[in-house]
Amino acid sequence: MTQSEVEPRVPEATELTLLYKQMVLLRKFDERVGELFRRAKLPGFVHLYIGEEAIATGVCAVLRVDDYITSTHRGHGHYIAKGGDVKACMAELYGKEAGCCRGKGGSLHVADTSVGMLGANGIVAASLPIAVGAAYAAAKVRKTDQVVAAFFGDGATNEGAFHEAANLAGAWKLPVVFVCENNYYGVGTRLGAVSASESLVERAGAYGMRALALDGNDLLAVRAAAREAVERARAGEGPTFLECRTWRHRAHSEGEQPNYWQEEERNEWLGRDPLPRFAERLVSDGVLTEHDVSEIDAVAVARIDEAVAYAEAQPLPAEADALLDVFGPAWPVGS
Amino acid sequence: MATTTFMGAIRETLRQEMRVDPELFVIGEDVGAYGGEMGVTKGLWEEFGDWRIRDAPIAETAIVGCAIGAAITGVRACPEIPFGDFLGVCMDQICNQAAKIRYMTGGQLAVPLTLRTTMGGYLNAAAQHSQSLEAWVAHIPGLKVVMPSMPSDAAGLLRSSLRDGNPVVFFEHKGMYGLKGEVPDDPEYQVPLGVANVVRPGTDVTIVATGRQVHLSVEAAIRLETEGVSAEVLDLRSLVPLDTEAILESVAKTRHAVVVTESWSFCGIGAEVAALLADEGLAHLNGPVKRVGARHVPIPFSPPLEDFVLPSPARIVDAVMEALA
Repeated sequence: MTQSEVEPRVPEATELTLLYKQMVLLRKFDERVGELFRRAKLPGFVHLYIGEEAIATGVCAVLRVDDYITSTHRGHGHYIAKGGDVKACMAELYGKEAGCCRGKGGSLHVADTSVGMLGANGIVAASLPIAVGAAYAAAKVRKTDQVVAAFFGDGATNEGAFHEAANLAGAWKLPVVFVCENNYYGVGTRLGAVSASESLVERAGAYGMRALALDGNDLLAVRAAAREAVERARAGEGPTFLECRTWRHRAHSEGEQPNYWQEEERNEWLGRDPLPRFAERLVSDGVLTEHDVSEIDAVAVARIDEAVAYAEAQPLPAEADALLDVFGPAWPVGS
Repeated sequence: MATTTFMGAIRETLRQEMRVDPELFVIGEDVGAYGGEMGVTKGLWEEFGDWRIRDAPIAETAIVGCAIGAAITGVRACPEIPFGDFLGVCMDQICNQAAKIRYMTGGQLAVPLTLRTTMGGYLNAAAQHSQSLEAWVAHIPGLKVVMPSMPSDAAGLLRSSLRDGNPVVFFEHKGMYGLKGEVPDDPEYQVPLGVANVVRPGTDVTIVATGRQVHLSVEAAIRLETEGVSAEVLDLRSLVPLDTEAILESVAKTRHAVVVTESWSFCGIGAEVAALLADEGLAHLNGPVKRVGARHVPIPFSPPLEDFVLPSPARIVDAVMEALA
């Protein structure tokens, strides 16, 4: 290979490496969260994103800082992928005052508005009309070219809020990318047992949206589809529905003992784990060496170590803090 | 001062506020060229266009959710839900989203929206179009709840609500839209939330009332006067925040209290006021606190049935006499 053949690949190679690092960071974060949960270090409940990292990583890679995302109960990955502060997220999971939500939200409500992460949401599909509203305000009122990516699961597509939001986005051609993370199970119920079809992409067509189904465990496929969707949204060409087919490696909620998976199907999906899959590709393409791959793991683990140490060292909130942040100050109006 | 209707006061306040803030928008069913299901937004679409007076599908969750999404990204919204009875359709967005987003995000996001909706009966509109559901939302921390009883308050309270920076549920009684009254011309006129109003002073009993029941209470007070009873009528104006001081101050003077709501008494604002008096005003009281509200059944259709269920001046008079007995 000559130098001239290599050089144009460098920026892309750098970006691919960054994407891989990002996926690893998401994975290591939630692996640690699961471990901390089992050791009873974290109050409440946690829903881990393990197995689905390619989706948040691929979508957020093509968003600007001033674009918005809305998220779900499984939101740590979305938060980190959008550029949210990892230490503040970990501190939030510990219920600490230094948490991104000052300990008021916890795992179900992580948000970092400084990077357009409008919040994880504990009510299935409820964030979708809100995403549409953020897009409405941007496109129709403030007249900016910001885009909103709304993450949600297959379960959300059976909620009325999904249909109302999709209808609005389609009717008014709003700049929303509906990112459906179809992992085939709503808690423990198989999608096909409660939906006429497991192909959710069919639903979006009814709302005048461009819609495509893709392998959600293929980072580059997700990025390519998201890039086109975001470009179209930014250009005023309306919403896109991306059905990203994937698999959740863990229980719906940590501590639950899943008895609903079919072993053969599960193993097949575990074999399509987006991380080793992308790592193998990068190694075979000569972008990374095996050594680089383990180094990336180690760097991510060190970053999580640091976040945990930070979170553990932070004070718990004072009781009186519970009474703050219910209402805010008057809205500044006029000159 | 100009004389205008309750509806006109709301419409003109919206118009003035939308002129001041070029981003403030209204979204709801038929709010555009149609002018609103009740007629409140008539003429606004002509001035502000499709995107600031936005016709929405009959999809209340989308309407309120859209308003929330705009609000948390810094664009104030004024969604309209034509009947308060429909709050049930979008309750998640109101109570789990709008009310909690600021808190759950540790104050990162403000939710500056005023949800205008209607309430009330006496229109033979039956059980799904006649309710007064303010207690539903007042129960949830994070929502302010406002209920004007006259045109000037409708204007001043709506402006305060829109500028409040927090989610406000603003209840307009359907039977009061034609009510006329004086409204200050001042485009900055505000009535602060959380300040009750003595609409009729008296010395023998305090009638604490909300919304249209203020007028029924005044009528009752006029009848009581002929029987030698001087009743003070206190209009709460906002339920959240609740002007507890004004209630206690009035009852300290009159030593008797009757609370009148159009909603059911059971688990309602009247119960809250009675509890306040039991907690903090017991020393003032020389008699029981009586409540007047809808009887605890769905609001019926047929006129004699509805008249029997909803409060009336006669029932308020009776309650006052019991309180004084």
